[in-house]
Amino acid sequence: MSDAVASPATAAKPRRQLDRAVVRFAGDSGDGMQVTGEQFATEAAWAGADLVTLPNFPAEIRAPAGTLFGVSSYQLQFGSRRVYTPGDRLDCLVGMNPAALKVHQRDLKDGGLLIVNTAAFEKKNLDRAGYTTNPLDDPALEDRYRLHKVDITRLTMDALEGLPLNVKEKERCKNFFSLGLVSWIYTRPIEPTVKWIAKRFAKNPAFVEANTRALKAGYHYGETAEIFTECYGIEPAEMPPGFYRSITGNRALAWGILAAAERTKLTVVYGAYPITPASDILHEISLHKRFGVRAIQAEDEIAAVGTIIGAAFGGAIGVCASSGPGIALKAEGVNLAVMAELPIVIFDVQRAGPSTGLPTKTEQADLLMALHGRNSESPVVVLAPMTPGDCFFVAYEAIRIAVKYMVPVIVLSDGYLASSAEPWLIPDPKTLPDIPVSFRTSPEGFAPYVRDEATLARPWVRPGTAGLEHRIGGLEKENITGNVSYDADNHDLMVRLRAEKVRRVAQEIPPTTVNGPAAGDLLVVGWGSTYGTITAAVEEVQQSGKAVASVHLRHLNPLPPDLGQILRQYERILVPEINSGQLVRILRAEYLVDAVGFNRVRGLPLSTEELREAIEQLLKEKR
Amino acid sequence: MSDVTEAPKKYTKKDFESDQDVRWCPGCGDYAVLSAVQKMMPDLGIPRENIVFISGIGCSSRFPYYMNTYGFHTIHGRAPAIATGLRLARPDLTVFVVTGDGDGLSIGGNHLLHVLRRNVKVTILLFNNRIYGLTKGQYSPTSELGKVTKSSPTGSADRPVSPCAFALGAGATFVARTVDRNVAHMEETVRRAAQHHGAGFVEILQNCNVYNDLAWNVLYDRESKSMHELRLEQGKPLLFGPVDDRRGLVLEGATPRVVRAKEVPESALWVHDEADQWKAHVLAQLSNPDFPIPVGILMDVEAPVYEEVLMEQERRAIAERGPGDVAELLVSGDTWRIG
Repeated sequence: MSDAVASPATAAKPRRQLDRAVVRFAGDSGDGMQVTGEQFATEAAWAGADLVTLPNFPAEIRAPAGTLFGVSSYQLQFGSRRVYTPGDRLDCLVGMNPAALKVHQRDLKDGGLLIVNTAAFEKKNLDRAGYTTNPLDDPALEDRYRLHKVDITRLTMDALEGLPLNVKEKERCKNFFSLGLVSWIYTRPIEPTVKWIAKRFAKNPAFVEANTRALKAGYHYGETAEIFTECYGIEPAEMPPGFYRSITGNRALAWGILAAAERTKLTVVYGAYPITPASDILHEISLHKRFGVRAIQAEDEIAAVGTIIGAAFGGAIGVCASSGPGIALKAEGVNLAVMAELPIVIFDVQRAGPSTGLPTKTEQADLLMALHGRNSESPVVVLAPMTPGDCFFVAYEAIRIAVKYMVPVIVLSDGYLASSAEPWLIPDPKTLPDIPVSFRTSPEGFAPYVRDEATLARPWVRPGTAGLEHRIGGLEKENITGNVSYDADNHDLMVRLRAEKVRRVAQEIPPTTVNGPAAGDLLVVGWGSTYGTITAAVEEVQQSGKAVASVHLRHLNPLPPDLGQILRQYERILVPEINSGQLVRILRAEYLVDAVGFNRVRGLPLSTEELREAIEQLLKEKR
Repeated sequence: MSDVTEAPKKYTKKDFESDQDVRWCPGCGDYAVLSAVQKMMPDLGIPRENIVFISGIGCSSRFPYYMNTYGFHTIHGRAPAIATGLRLARPDLTVFVVTGDGDGLSIGGNHLLHVLRRNVKVTILLFNNRIYGLTKGQYSPTSELGKVTKSSPTGSADRPVSPCAFALGAGATFVARTVDRNVAHMEETVRRAAQHHGAGFVEILQNCNVYNDLAWNVLYDRESKSMHELRLEQGKPLLFGPVDDRRGLVLEGATPRVVRAKEVPESALWVHDEADQWKAHVLAQLSNPDFPIPVGILMDVEAPVYEEVLMEQERRAIAERGPGDVAELLVSGDTWRIG
């Protein structure tokens, strides 16, 4: 068996250069598809490709084997040019069982590579997947795709012969066989995976040996088996020089919080209730007890927001993350923070709804809830990261704004950003903006609702400060004194002041970046995770000479002060969203422009191809 | 209690009176509670600025406005969660939670359960007047079955919960009951609760003279009081009733029974022990009319304190590996270089 990554045998098979490739691994949720995909992504990044990933798993923990709803998949697009999306259609599908083929075949391009594990295509699995006959016997399948029938299970068992593992344990290594095979096909180095296996199974040398052998056997199979006639190379992408790592949105959010804790030297209390897809943030933060961030698992969503409000009242920064249903529960709590003017940050890792909806599927339909989903006039700052790596900077910025303006900030991430990975140029925390914090200590002229001239923020007082004892609460306050007040004019004034304070956050927003001509026929405006799809689609259209540009909003409330002026430079405005039309309504209302939406609510990122078609279509329509 | 490095200022009751006009109805039992708490505060020897009162919603929850300490009047039922967050952020502060039978046991039941279960070091004062006062007279989780109110004109279908039994069921480590008409007893009980190393739960039987007047009259009326109040004193037998014909309690297995003290040997009488976690559950269930109402400290035991466990984990992590370094974290694990 060859130990070298690229043996002379590889050179014997022709290598074709590709710009990019979209690969999806799919199998039973017990087949290790997520691990396989993550490792392939690591290998791809290691070899210098730009990439975007799309993990796709069922909501259940371990669905019955072989079922359609138990299929788990991992997709990535990697390439030698900037990659913005995980890809619309697949160049290569690895189907580990009939259910995976049934569910995912429709996404494979005609002529695409289809690698299946023949061992899994037996009666029981075929029945469970709803096949009356074996699809691998259908000649039409071979006509339509470049079908490779591989008995991955048997080949894995052969490779592991003699190892002290039982049948089930050996079979479980077949995902590494498929990874090795696909790594050879796309000329990706397997060293990172070999290293990873050694670390992951360090406590069990038999598993290290088995998985490593399976990986190398798969690679060798690609090199030597006749059915594979060529392999593909993808040149390293041109990316800014520096040190990179892979980052997912949830981890980036967690690390952004740690960075803010370190910069402010304040205690951060992170209180959360487990909810898909935000639980991983709690898990990640709980690992880091040395950073002055106290994580607690609250008893419910309302306790979580209550906990962080209590912490903010005490002079700490309060942060929590949840998803749609949890944010809905926090509404009253957020309003207490609005009235008490305390710095808390709430991450909404949006998922498909309403109600329980599709917990593991993405959506961006909580924008209007973030802006208005509370009783009465309840202005809060709303931010939205654009990519997994951007989650780090937005989390940090959210805390900076919360503390500066003494206001709750909601950050809208989503399930796709949460678990999607991309190569991330590692930032130097020293280059992050400063977060000045000053607690009021002097009783001279103090009143709980005296306001800063520039920000309208009220003073932050740490209980324990002598001479400043005061009481605040949810009842309406008299301006300046903070006493409970039922006065009619005072209430109107306070409503306006709270709104004006949030409006002042606009002074923090840098000039809006326009991707394309400063004026033209069409402007595509988006927010959140649609950044990749929009950028990819717009760049394709720009390449055909069209005067189309795109703008991506990180600040949803307040909106950038230059946005109105920018919108007026274009004939048409298209707002692609993974909802039924939310930002589009806001733009129409705020700026009186005839913006139209492109809306798909499928629990998946938008399709680049569909969006491009929609742009072309809109360009054709005469005003 | 917080560490005091210099001689603490000598406070009086007046130091804890805020400048706000108290707005409870004339005759409300809350006035007496406020007075007792203000009188007791100096005994704690804690700097006033280190004391925080957190309340929910209800007449009870107006309490913080009248205390010259830090205070936070929050939202219905959520004070225990907010107090937990404050303790986590600031374990140096002394935190009181003021709640009521509605705020604490209806909408707030869940949070009350968990703050007690976790044994967060807060003192919880639950004013039980068996009614919803602020919203003008609906029945509460402690109202008797069949109670006729605005929202139950034909009588409520709700069986009441006992706050003390609930607290014990939640795993509370300190459970006590006191009465608004006995100021000295309230001072003593609240002081004990505040000094408890963990969550100190105090049910204060309180009178809403507007919507549920004299709900606790059996404990007020001079004649009935003797037969209906069971004073708990550590190490003393549980005795009540007229001086010349004392009643006592015996336990037959787990079943309590009232006896005439002179009819049983003294050794058979149930002697109160605050450290007895088993008998506390029986005590908490004793209620009118079959039994007298226990007044005093039902249970006082030790258990790990939530925020102390977490702080110790934090201390240990830092001692073992030093304070965290974000720059180091960002480059930890798999990284690669481009260019």
